Amino acid sequence: MATATTDPADLRLHVPPSMQQVTKLARYQLREYVRSRRFIALTLIVLAIGVILTALVAHFRGTIVSTNLAFYGSFWGGGVGVVIVLAAVFFGGDAIAGEFQNKTGYFLMGLPVRRSTVYVGKFIAAFLASLSMMLLFLAILVGNGVYYFGSNVLPWQLGLSLLIAIVYLSAVLGATFLFSSLFKTSAYGFVLTAILFLFGFTILEDVITDLVKIEPWMIISYASSTIGSVFSPTVSWGLTGTVTRVTTGMGRFMVTTTTYTAGVAEGIVIMIAYLIVTAAAGLGLFEREEFA
Amino acid sequence: MPTASIETHDLTKAFGRFTALDGLNLTISGTKCVGFLGPNGAGKTTTLKLLTDMIFPTRGGCSINGISVQEHRKWALADAGVLIESPEIYPSLTPNEALEMVADLRGVPVAERRDRIRTVLAEVKMSEWADMKFGRMSKGMKQRINIAAALVHDPAVLLLDEPSTGLDPRGMAEVRSIVRELKKSQRLIFMSSHILSEVVDVCDEVALIDKGKLLFYDTLDNVIARFSGSHASVDVALARPIGPDVVTQKIANLPGVAGVNQLDPKRLRVRFTGGLDGQERLLEALVELHIGVLSVAESESALEEIYLSQISRGD
Repeated sequence: MATATTDPADLRLHVPPSMQQVTKLARYQLREYVRSRRFIALTLIVLAIGVILTALVAHFRGTIVSTNLAFYGSFWGGGVGVVIVLAAVFFGGDAIAGEFQNKTGYFLMGLPVRRSTVYVGKFIAAFLASLSMMLLFLAILVGNGVYYFGSNVLPWQLGLSLLIAIVYLSAVLGATFLFSSLFKTSAYGFVLTAILFLFGFTILEDVITDLVKIEPWMIISYASSTIGSVFSPTVSWGLTGTVTRVTTGMGRFMVTTTTYTAGVAEGIVIMIAYLIVTAAAGLGLFEREEFA
Repeated sequence: MPTASIETHDLTKAFGRFTALDGLNLTISGTKCVGFLGPNGAGKTTTLKLLTDMIFPTRGGCSINGISVQEHRKWALADAGVLIESPEIYPSLTPNEALEMVADLRGVPVAERRDRIRTVLAEVKMSEWADMKFGRMSKGMKQRINIAAALVHDPAVLLLDEPSTGLDPRGMAEVRSIVRELKKSQRLIFMSSHILSEVVDVCDEVALIDKGKLLFYDTLDNVIARFSGSHASVDVALARPIGPDVVTQKIANLPGVAGVNQLDPKRLRVRFTGGLDGQERLLEALVELHIGVLSVAESESALEEIYLSQISRGD
């Protein structure tokens, strides 16, 4: 039976610590994701991407399957970035905005949980749901790899690339959650994340490289290129990237094209910086957001 | 001195130039049902959102069970059940799952959890639909589950924001009946409403708010006594119709009667003086007239008149 006066010390004994609440919230949120139509839809999309890539590799075998590194570099490096962005959009785009738009936030905010608990719990759930999509794509890739090269030639670079992809996923989700916290309408979060990560950052990277003529180290798509570049024998492992200048044409029509490739450690540092900045900004916004 | 269950101090909230709540000072203790009454836009929901840290005060602060909501929302809400703005629950969840989640996050011991969920589902009469997905539920069903979610940890303080708003008449009646049942438990219920009959029907005390300012907070009886002057009103139901001559010549002339209004041939509203003694004498006199008195009930119009006079005074 409830009583009208409560000793605050008793409450501390009953309500779980925030870390426990984070894992509980993440678990329930993940269950919600797994049961949702968007989870089924994204599973089908990832399968479709895998099938298309499998068909392309089967058709154009030549250079792609010349070595196992070339195969994993082009298949994994080319496809996982798209899978990550799609997963972040599907699971993170409305993670915070949806709480306002669908009024589910009024249910959660009536509970004795810190706002940071809600934010982190939802982030972990979105991360795990997205990771499952990444692993599905990886399974298709490895299936192909085993078919072409046998089961004993999985390159160690694949493991490293997977770790970099996980860091990239965290950074993309950090930005997605920030956009989702900025708006109270889910659609803006979806659209902004998709535009920026599918081509916005790539365009910016090209503009900085070609017009400003500096290394585009501040752009996350530049950093994420390390997911594929670790399979290259000329990759730089350090905190500085490599610069390649190729001159084509003759006489007055000679054009020099400069290509920057991020170093592996540099790329990881950039992605972690994105994660920290966007997660802190997003959480800060959510802490101050009013359910008015 | 016992800790106040709900306390607000100079609680103020402005949205731009509009002040939704202006210096609210309110202290509520004990186990009872307090109606937070006011017209739409008076500041009721704003107050409840401030009490649950959904919005932040421009000035002042509030506490639940003596714990500052602004400084320690987690502990302040630990022993409070909250229902604000008819929230939505994730559509793929069932009531059993949603209540399991709430109980889990609130730290209801695993051994008690199943029993508590069963009990609250029975309290809101939703046991039959415990495994139905929310996406398929009506608004009234969802609202009953929202009330169950607010109750699952058996809280000492229950904050309800217009719990029957938006429901059809049957749904409203069901929610009121649930709240009446909840009063039997030893807890404080703080319920906002703009429906007078709901407050009269369910609440022991009433706080009236208009344009962000608290006009008064007292027991229902005291409010009616204070603002009705020396007069009170009762509604009398009769077994058979009576003519206007009986009303004007007999009832209006009874001792203590200040006025009679015939609502229909079988219903009267009688204004009288003399407090409870006067009411007792009036009842005896009405019975002695042999006009077929079936029931005498405190008139809802008393609070309505006070409500309208206090609200219009602020215009």
